[in-house]
Amino acid sequence: MTEMTFADAVREGLAEEMRRDPLVWALGEDLSTAHGGTSANQYLGLIDEFGPKRIVNTPISENTIMGAAVGAAVAGTRPVADLRMADFAMCAVDELVNQAAKIRYMFGGQARVPLVVRQAIGMRKGGAAQHSQSTEAWYVHTPGLVVVAPATPADGRGLLKSAIRADDPVVYMEHKDLWMASGEVPDDEGLVPIGQARTLRTGTDLTIVSWSKMALLADEAAQTLADEDGVSAEVIDLRTLWPWDRKAVYASVRKTGRLLVAQESVQVGGFGAEIATDVTEHCPDALATHVRRIGAPRMPVPYAEPMENEFRVTPARIVAKARESLGA
Amino acid sequence: MSDTRQNAPARILGLFETICLIRAFEERAEECFDAGLINGSVHQYIGEEAIGTGVCTNLRHSDYILSNHRGHGHSIAKGADPEAMMKELMGRVGGTSGAKGGSMHIADFSVGMLGANGVLADGLTMGVGAAQAIALKGEDAIVTVFVGDGTTNRGPFYEALNWAMIYELPIMFVCENNQYASSTVTRTITAGDGPTARAKAFGMPAFDVDGNDVVAVDELAADLIGRVRGGGGPHFLHARTYRVKGHISRDKMLYRPDGETEERFKDEPLGRCATWLVANGVDPAEVERARNSAYARIDAAVEAAKAAPFPDAGLAYADVQDFGPPEPWSPAGGAP
Repeated sequence: MTEMTFADAVREGLAEEMRRDPLVWALGEDLSTAHGGTSANQYLGLIDEFGPKRIVNTPISENTIMGAAVGAAVAGTRPVADLRMADFAMCAVDELVNQAAKIRYMFGGQARVPLVVRQAIGMRKGGAAQHSQSTEAWYVHTPGLVVVAPATPADGRGLLKSAIRADDPVVYMEHKDLWMASGEVPDDEGLVPIGQARTLRTGTDLTIVSWSKMALLADEAAQTLADEDGVSAEVIDLRTLWPWDRKAVYASVRKTGRLLVAQESVQVGGFGAEIATDVTEHCPDALATHVRRIGAPRMPVPYAEPMENEFRVTPARIVAKARESLGA
Repeated sequence: MSDTRQNAPARILGLFETICLIRAFEERAEECFDAGLINGSVHQYIGEEAIGTGVCTNLRHSDYILSNHRGHGHSIAKGADPEAMMKELMGRVGGTSGAKGGSMHIADFSVGMLGANGVLADGLTMGVGAAQAIALKGEDAIVTVFVGDGTTNRGPFYEALNWAMIYELPIMFVCENNQYASSTVTRTITAGDGPTARAKAFGMPAFDVDGNDVVAVDELAADLIGRVRGGGGPHFLHARTYRVKGHISRDKMLYRPDGETEERFKDEPLGRCATWLVANGVDPAEVERARNSAYARIDAAVEAAKAAPFPDAGLAYADVQDFGPPEPWSPAGGAP
């Protein structure tokens, strides 16, 4: 095991895949400048090893970053398209949703679209309305796409590698606030399978399901519940949102009888609603009380710190929701 | 000794056969649509056949083309089987895309036809990506993207032209200027001096041609494709033509002045090519035979398509994605 940041671990994962397969390449804005990526140097130095044909520094042309990735995938390569932020990726939703997600199907299986589209999600300090959004539900809703949202450096690396090797288009959502977070990363290949959740904490009284940074906050909340309430909460980090690990969630709910889904994104119409409904449909007898969910209010992300903090889904809010479930 | 000139009558007769094949396909497709045999819209290429024909004849099997919503002609010109295409239009077993896409998503990857498209300009962005893949793999192929005049008002057109130039990609853009953006006359919604001027603004070599003259299209395309293949970077071919039919086959064209279609049809490429052939010494009987042979082939394709069964409904669930079955009611879907 080696301690490294999320950004470094993911960069290592990309470099490993590029060494392994000469058809893997990356494209996006600022990839080969002294910044080596956006704000976390996720591509720093790769230009020196792989050159400008495989680390392609692009114009600010989101339609074409995404569209070119689709065309290059169809033509036999494995591009990793970096759209910088989920907010900017909206400029390229057409190419992702109308082309990448549809080509295999609408052409009757004549082609695969093996690409990864990286889009950073989530709130940082002062990101406000257009640099903070978490849009995972948009893509989970789109047939043809795989959606992953890792929370740790090891999962960031391992899931990127699996995403690159997959023949489906994969939306890879990395939380901006996690880039500089450190963690243990395995020294071996460290592949993390698509569709497999990870239990962050085992427990018997309540299941909390989450993903990305919110899974780590859910774990903090679980610690508070243990310390203050003597409650044993199980925390599941989904890691992959589509296809999500139902087996792990069902098994946990059958053990605890209570489920809370926590997400940073807007609660209304969010992916948590899908999990809540699905578990209600498939584990009705296991539930001691109805499923709870906690997500952001349906409003843009505000700027000033007091308003920003008012908006955030915090461990305290998760604890409050958990107590509601436990008291029912 | 055989005539090796670009415009040797024997070569142009071959192009005439392709034009006739496309014309027959489009006419029969309309008839089949009217007869209720086609479960979707049909965007016809009638009047524009010389462009796809004159361009694709200069491409190799290993070259890629990307098309737009009006893709039947490009597919046939690139070598797709009209019978499989007609089956696709009718949604039958044996269709090019397994009856999953229909007319608007006609595609045949086995001949390098990477797909028609229901969204305008997406062929441009995907086309530059396909060209980048070629460059990365070190292949000796090129990409040709067909777009219409209306598409020159979409943003990705500019992104893709800029992109092609900065990476010096092996790609040719063909703008088929049929004068209409759906039901709107394109020049009434377009500033500036037209597609060629717009391409030149990126420093891209750009040329105009009479798109109804297959001899001229063939000659210019051969030149430009040769330059692209030789490492000359992106080129732009602007072909003026006229959309004889409506935006789709059932379009009644209420937006068109009376007599315009009839007047412009006098210039249509099939008749012009036939006239050229006879004027250049080809026996009129041979021209007529080529035409009849094309119609006979398409008629046979229609009969084969009508006779083919519909696919098993369960095939609808195939080819969505590797990870995660369709739900909630696919055979493999639902809870574990």
